Amino acid sequence: MTNPKKDGGNANGQPVLDVRNLDVSLVGAGQTRVVRDVSLTVNPGETVCVVGESGSGKSVTAFSIMGLLSSEALRCTSGSILLQGENVLEASAERLRDLRATTMAMVFQEPMTALNPVETVGDQIDEVLRIHRKELGKRERRQRVMAMLESVHLPDPERIYNSYPNQLSGGQRQRVVICIALILEPKLLIADEPTTALDVTTQRQILLLIRELQEKHNTAVLFITHDFGVVADIADRVVVMNRGEVVEMGPRDQILAEPAEDYTRMLVSSVPSLVPDTRAENRNEIVLSVKELGKTYSEKGFLKRRRDVAAAVDINLTLRRGEILGVVGESGSGKSTLARCVVRLQDPTSGEVVICGENIAALRGQTLQAMRKRVQMVFQDPYRSLNPRLTVGDSITEGLTNFGVSRDAALARARELMTLVGLSPDVLQRFPHQFSGGQRQRLCIARALALEPDVLVADEAVSALDVSVQAQVLALLDDIREKTGVGVLFITHDLRVAAQICDTIMVMQNGRMVEFGAAADVLTAPVRPTRAPCSTQRPAAIGTSSISALYERQRYAADFRHPHPQRDDHRRHRRRALRRGHRHRRRPHHADGRPSRCQGRARDRRQWPGGSARLHRRPYA
Amino acid sequence: MFPYVIKRVLATIPVMTMVAVVVFAMLRLTPGDPAAILAGDDASGAQLEQIRRTMGLDQPILTQLFVWLKQLLQGDLGVSLISGTPVVSMIGSRVAPTISLALATIVLTIIVAVPMGVVAARRPGKLLDRTVMTFSVMGFSIPTFVIGYLLIYLLSLKLGWFPVQGYSPIEKGIGPFLHRLVLPTIALSGIYVALVARITRSSVIDVMGEDYIRTARAKGARESTVLLRHALRNAAVPIVTVIGIGVASLITGVVVTESVFNLPGLGRLVVEAVLARDYPVIQGLILLFSFTYVLINLTVDILYTVFDPRIRY
Amino acid sequence: MMKTIQNPAVGELPPVGAGIDRKNSTFNQLLLSLKSIPVLVALVVLVTVVVLAAFAPVLGTVDPIAINPGGRFSPISEAYWLGSDAYGRDLYSRLLYGARISLIVGLGAAAASIAAGLVIGVVAGYLKVLDAIIMRVMDGVMAIPSILLAIALVSLTGASLVTVLVAITVPEIPRVVRLVRSIILNVRSEAYVEAAVSLGTPTLRILTRHMVPNTIAPLIVQGTFIFASAILTEATLSFLGAGLPTEIPSWGNMMADGRMYFQLYPGLVLYPGIVLALTLLSVNILGDVLRDVLDPKMAKRT
Repeated sequence: MTNPKKDGGNANGQPVLDVRNLDVSLVGAGQTRVVRDVSLTVNPGETVCVVGESGSGKSVTAFSIMGLLSSEALRCTSGSILLQGENVLEASAERLRDLRATTMAMVFQEPMTALNPVETVGDQIDEVLRIHRKELGKRERRQRVMAMLESVHLPDPERIYNSYPNQLSGGQRQRVVICIALILEPKLLIADEPTTALDVTTQRQILLLIRELQEKHNTAVLFITHDFGVVADIADRVVVMNRGEVVEMGPRDQILAEPAEDYTRMLVSSVPSLVPDTRAENRNEIVLSVKELGKTYSEKGFLKRRRDVAAAVDINLTLRRGEILGVVGESGSGKSTLARCVVRLQDPTSGEVVICGENIAALRGQTLQAMRKRVQMVFQDPYRSLNPRLTVGDSITEGLTNFGVSRDAALARARELMTLVGLSPDVLQRFPHQFSGGQRQRLCIARALALEPDVLVADEAVSALDVSVQAQVLALLDDIREKTGVGVLFITHDLRVAAQICDTIMVMQNGRMVEFGAAADVLTAPVRPTRAPCSTQRPAAIGTSSISALYERQRYAADFRHPHPQRDDHRRHRRRALRRGHRHRRRPHHADGRPSRCQGRARDRRQWPGGSARLHRRPYA
Repeated sequence: MFPYVIKRVLATIPVMTMVAVVVFAMLRLTPGDPAAILAGDDASGAQLEQIRRTMGLDQPILTQLFVWLKQLLQGDLGVSLISGTPVVSMIGSRVAPTISLALATIVLTIIVAVPMGVVAARRPGKLLDRTVMTFSVMGFSIPTFVIGYLLIYLLSLKLGWFPVQGYSPIEKGIGPFLHRLVLPTIALSGIYVALVARITRSSVIDVMGEDYIRTARAKGARESTVLLRHALRNAAVPIVTVIGIGVASLITGVVVTESVFNLPGLGRLVVEAVLARDYPVIQGLILLFSFTYVLINLTVDILYTVFDPRIRY
Repeated sequence: MMKTIQNPAVGELPPVGAGIDRKNSTFNQLLLSLKSIPVLVALVVLVTVVVLAAFAPVLGTVDPIAINPGGRFSPISEAYWLGSDAYGRDLYSRLLYGARISLIVGLGAAAASIAAGLVIGVVAGYLKVLDAIIMRVMDGVMAIPSILLAIALVSLTGASLVTVLVAITVPEIPRVVRLVRSIILNVRSEAYVEAAVSLGTPTLRILTRHMVPNTIAPLIVQGTFIFASAILTEATLSFLGAGLPTEIPSWGNMMADGRMYFQLYPGLVLYPGIVLALTLLSVNILGDVLRDVLDPKMAKRT
């Protein structure tokens, strides 16, 4: 897929988009500049990727171009944004509305929430025509929408037209958003991480689709991403941003092969290899063995037949002292269920969990409490796994005091642990909110190690962390394994992470164990690459062997963050949890300055009419 | 959609049963002899015995419960201790003013409160918003009877625009009927308008932060289109919910308002029954109001499906 | 606004500036909200009411229930600062003593319903077996309009301060239960609670150390609203003649007494009515402020 108009060469001489010395500042005291002196151009038919870690200002730049910054939070303070020569920063509100969808359009990160849930998809695409093509009649508009739906390869456009967004999958919704963006064939398409929230197969299809439509209409594409896999795949030119500034820009191959700046080099090189080191076989004693483990959830519904869902079926594995066993699989594969059964946060339906010779699968009460110190867990979300009201010291010593260790002895132990995990012993008096995500994950590891467990279960323990931090935490786990000999059950969805750290790998799919073996064997086994067909079916059918399917999907997505850090959690607790009350402590923000909501929202809203979802506060009677 | 409706309808059965049981239990679990409570302080032994027998108070408590539930199912709410009339027919003769007042209030509330909330939500924190919010807090805080007397004082006594008190049935002409309904309706709407305006504001603000609002803006839609077409419709579910829940405060308000304005409705009947200690009537009215409340919220639940296509499981 | 980029250095110490104590910042936020004039006025009104109630006997009052047939319907005068009622009782004194009743009822009902609701809510949230039963009963109680439930309870048990308190508290309990239960259910699935489970922390300790503290802030907020609502309910009950015994000088009773003479002496109804409204207004404004600061997620909702 080579593009003739590479490297900024352009027949007309005028770029579609020309951003010059753009500054964006926070409104209010201080006026901190979140984007500083950014200049970039995009030519017709060209794809420019803006890459950077979170907080680099890449999305803010994109929203500035569309004029979609929340005016109470962020403001463009200097510079200009020329769209086909016209400065959109000086355009009136009305002119901006005219330009949107006709000349510039945008595809957003989160397809699940980007569509209005109470209108049919067809109506929402049609709205663009109603706004900008008032001369078209009802029938013509419908034809245009149908044609557009077909051109994004949505099956059965008639049905899709009359569907509501919640009846479509994430990939289908993103196609609909693309329809909305491209139906008027704008000159510029801004894509803000359009594939980040999608599963890996769908990511690939959406990228292909954008490329296809781009070639058809010679659209200029400004593509915001944090993912170098995507960059390698689609970029003509690359702009690297860090902390609001452009670090480096240039043609794709130059940036990927010979980055000039250290920062770029760091980003590019922190894309880890999929090929694991070969490791010596571990012949230590077995600390954990799982035998024929099964877990079935029963869904009992009012007026509904009882439905059993098998989350894990017939799982067998052994973990030796000092071994790191990776359990990999996509979300819903049952890997988290396995982890929670091993720690006995859930009760297995059948089978055995043998820890150092004792089967804990059916233990209850005091005997179970006594065994808890043998197996400990590190959770996915570092922002939720420490009690915000307790000092770090109190959290770390909690387990020790439970098992009768005196407070002084426990504190002394905690200080040792802090050194072990690379933090200063002086921080025990502080509260969790004073630490960064990576530091919190270190604290959680320290807490888990306090009881000197034989088995440590790490459930997506690095998935919520930024790339560079991820590497450090992995190194720490490896180091701890060396020093303490703890056996680690490492749950991850990310093959590259698994390749970095695991000795053995087990692959799970649909609740079953599909492959098990030394990491080197499993990961480097002959791969039969299967191109994902351009279909909107569920990805289950893709791939020959499970690992090759995974491999294929992940090759295109060097994505270091779990697409939905909270998703598994939400699914698990959807029925139990009420919508109200405390949720996420950390509140990330949208690029346009609005506080963002966590993933569970759309679903929560759906629960609204349920009896328990009512307002708690009563009207003043 | 159909299974959803059935599910909601069935879900009201346990609630209604619980209401009936709670109402039943109140009399029986109160310390002291229920018959003595019912008969009043100066009843003779023979009268007590009479009450025990007619009310079945000499039966085991579970038998009493089942007899009581059975009577309820047959629409039998018992007989007034004072007048001897069946409670059901007493209710029937008093229902018209209450329904008129309640309907007028709901209509006025929706007409006033929803636009108020939307206007406030357009620019949160700005003057208009703060004004609306101030009115809303005042609506919450000023008791219905205080608003009522203030209105009478200002508009009836000082200005003479409206009659001070009383009710004129609709059969005697629509003019006087409406004229006498104006002040009670305004007084009763206070809390309700406050409530609905507030929830409209907060849910519209909430929805305005959603991603699909950004999508709509990216389409080039006008701000008014964004607000009315995309935001308000999505905010409808919480608004309708509060309109349903607010019926509880409406019922309280009806009792008070009818008392202040001397309307011969069910609310007055409650007060009369309380003053006369006519317990079967109180019981019957509590059941009636509670069931109404449950039914209105059932309607609201079913209305959701109109506003939100996602709710059709 | 922007998330700071995490420092890559291994073992990097937490940034020093981040060490603001949470409680301190909550307090600062509360102080800051005093800059708003309505909030300041509300605080002044509420403090005034509390002071007047507390020091009623030494603030120039006379016996609020002393009948004086010679001084009926006295206008505002030296002897009667706000005039007198149909029995010649001093309105000013009755207003001050009425404030006592209102505050006692408000505090009593708020404390009682929160205590009961907390216990029941925790039980319902933590014990699945009891959850369904408890919540059905709560649904039933909640479906009965609270004023009617209170009327029924008072008319059954006879009018006294205690029965009125009970009658006001009972309908408030289900709402507290639902609030507590939903928080407990949510917190249950928090990773730090699961971590505590796997650390072998006993159930009771998990409840007290990790779960119940999450309910405190929302309950304080809820408490202020129950406080206001209880004062209002007491006044309503008394106004309807189903509340405190008529000789007790409560605002509701004053209005009930004055109703008959409203056309001639509107002050009999309007004075207590306005004082009542001002008190409720202040409590509600302050409650909103508390909610914004202590429970921002809830504040977004209503």
